[in-house]
Amino acid sequence: MTTTQSEVDFEGTAPVPGAPLLEVDNLFVEFRTRDGVAKVLNGVSYRVEPGETLAVLGESGSGKSVTAQTVMGILDMPPGVITGGEIRFHGENLLKASPKRRREVRGSGIAMIFQDALSALNPVFTVGFQIEEQLRLRKGMSRRDARKRAVELLEQVKIPNAKGRVRQYPHEFSGGMRQRAMIAMSLALDPEMLIADEPTTALDVTVQAQIMDLLKDIQVERNMGLILITHDLGVVAEVADRIAVMYAGRIVEQSHARDLYRKPGHPYTQGLLDSLPRLDLKGTELTTIKGLPPSLLNIPKGCPFNPRCPRVQDICKTEVPPQHRLAPGRLSACHFAEELISGD
Amino acid sequence: MTDNIIEVRDLVKHFPVRVGVLFKRTVGHVRAVDGVSFDLKRGETLGVVGESGCGKSTLAQVLMRLEPPTSGTATFEGRDILKMKGGELRKLRRDIQIVLQDPYTSLNPRMTVGDIIGEPFEIHPEVAPKASRAKKVRELLDVVGLNPEHINRYPHQFSGGQRQRIGIARALALRPKVIVCDEPVSALDVSIQAQVMNLLGDLQTEFGLSYVFIAHDLSVVRHLSDRVAVMYLGKMVEVGTEEEIYEHPTHPYTQALLSAVPVPDPELRDHRQVIRLEGDVPSPVDPPSGCRFRTRCWKAQDICATEEPKLVTRVANHPSACHFAEEKSVVP
Amino acid sequence: MTDPSTASAVTTAPEEFVTAAEHAEVKGNKPRSLASDAWHDLRRRPLFLVSAALILLVLLMSFWPSLFTSVDPNYAELSKSREGPSGAAWFGYDNQGYDLFSRTIYGSRASIIVGVAATLLTVLIGSTFGLLAGYYGGWLDGLMSRIADVFFGLPFVLGAIVILSSFRSSGDTSPTQIILLVVLSISILSWPVCMRIMRSAAIAAKQQDYVKAARALGASTSRIILRHMLPNAVAPVLVYATIALGAFIGAEATLSFLGIGLRAPVVSWGVMISDSRDVIRVAPHSLLFPAAFLTATVLAFVMLGDAVREALDPKAR
Repeated sequence: MTTTQSEVDFEGTAPVPGAPLLEVDNLFVEFRTRDGVAKVLNGVSYRVEPGETLAVLGESGSGKSVTAQTVMGILDMPPGVITGGEIRFHGENLLKASPKRRREVRGSGIAMIFQDALSALNPVFTVGFQIEEQLRLRKGMSRRDARKRAVELLEQVKIPNAKGRVRQYPHEFSGGMRQRAMIAMSLALDPEMLIADEPTTALDVTVQAQIMDLLKDIQVERNMGLILITHDLGVVAEVADRIAVMYAGRIVEQSHARDLYRKPGHPYTQGLLDSLPRLDLKGTELTTIKGLPPSLLNIPKGCPFNPRCPRVQDICKTEVPPQHRLAPGRLSACHFAEELISGD
Repeated sequence: MTDNIIEVRDLVKHFPVRVGVLFKRTVGHVRAVDGVSFDLKRGETLGVVGESGCGKSTLAQVLMRLEPPTSGTATFEGRDILKMKGGELRKLRRDIQIVLQDPYTSLNPRMTVGDIIGEPFEIHPEVAPKASRAKKVRELLDVVGLNPEHINRYPHQFSGGQRQRIGIARALALRPKVIVCDEPVSALDVSIQAQVMNLLGDLQTEFGLSYVFIAHDLSVVRHLSDRVAVMYLGKMVEVGTEEEIYEHPTHPYTQALLSAVPVPDPELRDHRQVIRLEGDVPSPVDPPSGCRFRTRCWKAQDICATEEPKLVTRVANHPSACHFAEEKSVVP
Repeated sequence: MTDPSTASAVTTAPEEFVTAAEHAEVKGNKPRSLASDAWHDLRRRPLFLVSAALILLVLLMSFWPSLFTSVDPNYAELSKSREGPSGAAWFGYDNQGYDLFSRTIYGSRASIIVGVAATLLTVLIGSTFGLLAGYYGGWLDGLMSRIADVFFGLPFVLGAIVILSSFRSSGDTSPTQIILLVVLSISILSWPVCMRIMRSAAIAAKQQDYVKAARALGASTSRIILRHMLPNAVAPVLVYATIALGAFIGAEATLSFLGIGLRAPVVSWGVMISDSRDVIRVAPHSLLFPAAFLTATVLAFVMLGDAVREALDPKAR
């Protein structure tokens, strides 16, 4: 029942003719800092198919954003160093690709949107110009065609009065509008895959709901693969097909959304769900996960979660748990995953 | 007579918008808080929710006398907070304290934890004689769940959640009766957030505190609050007990807000009633006439543009500022 | 929440946080302030080590010149005028027959005194005004900033010439008075830069939440300024001061060279450079050695400033 980390198996996902859209395979990344070597990613593997939404869930420092940055090729190196693994896009290993090829893939193959739209947009150019620039440089469009397409894109992300808005600067947009503009920009080159890094964290709930609806609509319309990076268990529950839970640079659990919420396959996931205050349930005391996430400079021996785990045994302190396959498309990196699932 | 520890009436705070380099002229006002009234009962937690720009943080600043009010009254045990000066104001500081949002900027990085938690005693030397202060600081660290041995450490040696505990210990030092919590857990990770929320709950029981709990996260507010006030563009639109607001909301804004909160349960994904508001919150410099929510409201009629709805009880036994208040359950 | 057992759970919590304490323990020494962090970092920078060694050497020269030479800097032997470097006099002799090595060593004292005193005064005036302007803002800030702008607008050399020549015309002035005048004119013309740095740092510090928390506790204005704003705003001024010290030593030399700063019998690098003016062609060594010491010292302070800036930069950690 156990497999090694590099042989991730996803029988549960849709059958694939040829290579999958995106495959991250046993990725290792370190940050070499003055204080020592921080092991940021320690064998991360996941796969995304067209039209599928994978939510990467984790707290700060879990490595969820670093994985995305490595996939996009925008990781700061130094201090980052990729020490192992592959990132395959349509079967092509991007880590071995030439810088020119990587630039081609960025934007037209895989695009990314960020949490802070204000700093991701250049304040000295109009929103329209920033969208048109890509179209002209990468698609060789004329100025007029690019403007027309930019307006279309802004309309697609439901920005009212798109014709007037293309001429405006990012600071003239409200928070929600800015996030929409950034989505429009990321769609300019018709990517097959979109990575959204905490796209709604900086927004108010009512606006967050609008943006999530928009992302979902666009994804369905274009049959895009979507990686949603977030810490919000609520947002994940509303949109994700599959979920990968990260802790200390490892994926500790991977599962279909419904299964994960119904019966968590890892004590960390269980702890996260229990510590979440619920809008629909008023409890008295929240069950917390004791302690703190480990320092990446000094990850505990064995299972990285063992100092905080309520089910810790001796084996957890010595041996790194392998990925247990609990069901088709369901993995858990816990020595006692089967008991967790079947037991009480 | 009443057991209201704080009573706020018609509180207004406008920030002037000034332009010009040398000779500034006022071109308008940000109506951050625009006529807010509420009571805080002894020992209860009043949750204040709203989106950014609704004025909930300004409300905290004015209550703490960090910003002067434009008009209105606020009394603490019958005395007007907003008119206090000098010694009286200093004494009030011992009774009302604040916990701030950002655990990274709310602690002075050049002071040790002992100095930070001990500062209240230095400012109010009458509270504790010098000799007993170190012991008190250690006790406080213990109370908030930190190791008293760490008294000589600096803030950057602690994680976000631990820093927030230090901030809570500082607020607790003078044994206040009221603590204003301004988004105390919104900067923390989920697992740490729960620890801090439990701590706040436990401290309330232990010390008989009353909380004004300000947050944008409706789930967090529900978890800790006895009563809840919903704010929109400087006004309170609905006030009620936790159950009244969450189970029987009557204001369209409250309903929209509740329905927008993602619920961590994929089973409910397709069964929930969803109300999606159009557009963004209007600018508080130039709020809409009449009801401020009318520009985004699906129930808006002509009357909403001309007549401002009062915050009074129309249906469901709790006040709601909507001409067409109507009970509707949106939480699954 | 009303369950007493949960309240007791809080008090037993410390053990749970041992993991966090361990994070800090990994790095070794226990309480680490930002200053000690910066020191830790500095010790590993070659830039810092080189500049610090140079500065130490110059300081040693200025405090105990007798450690380096036993020759009297004011003893002239005209017969040896303009003699080049030799085993007896490493740097040779100048136009008057003074031993250049000895004078270069002794000359460091006046240069360092002017540099240090001018820096202290500049930082004192600039920081005080900057802190007050930053804390109070409003019209006080406006007024102080405009005054600073006026001084800032004065060209340094022109301003110094005007100040020094108008105050020195009154007959003979003692060496101490001259030094004082030079220090004053440098400080008067330089404080606006320091004030601007302190003002913006103070404004940034004032907006931090810990100042808000202190006000909520009822802290007095002086407490907020001295305990909360100053320690957090001092870093950029420290960097400025280090670099300014080097610049002021150079400024002293400039003024001396122009004949309005220090002059004989005071020995300083500037005075020596000024003295060599007429004999540069025939005795280039009389310019070379003081100029080299001056340049090296200025460079050392600028490098030190850079190293300190990097060590204090919170973004780098």
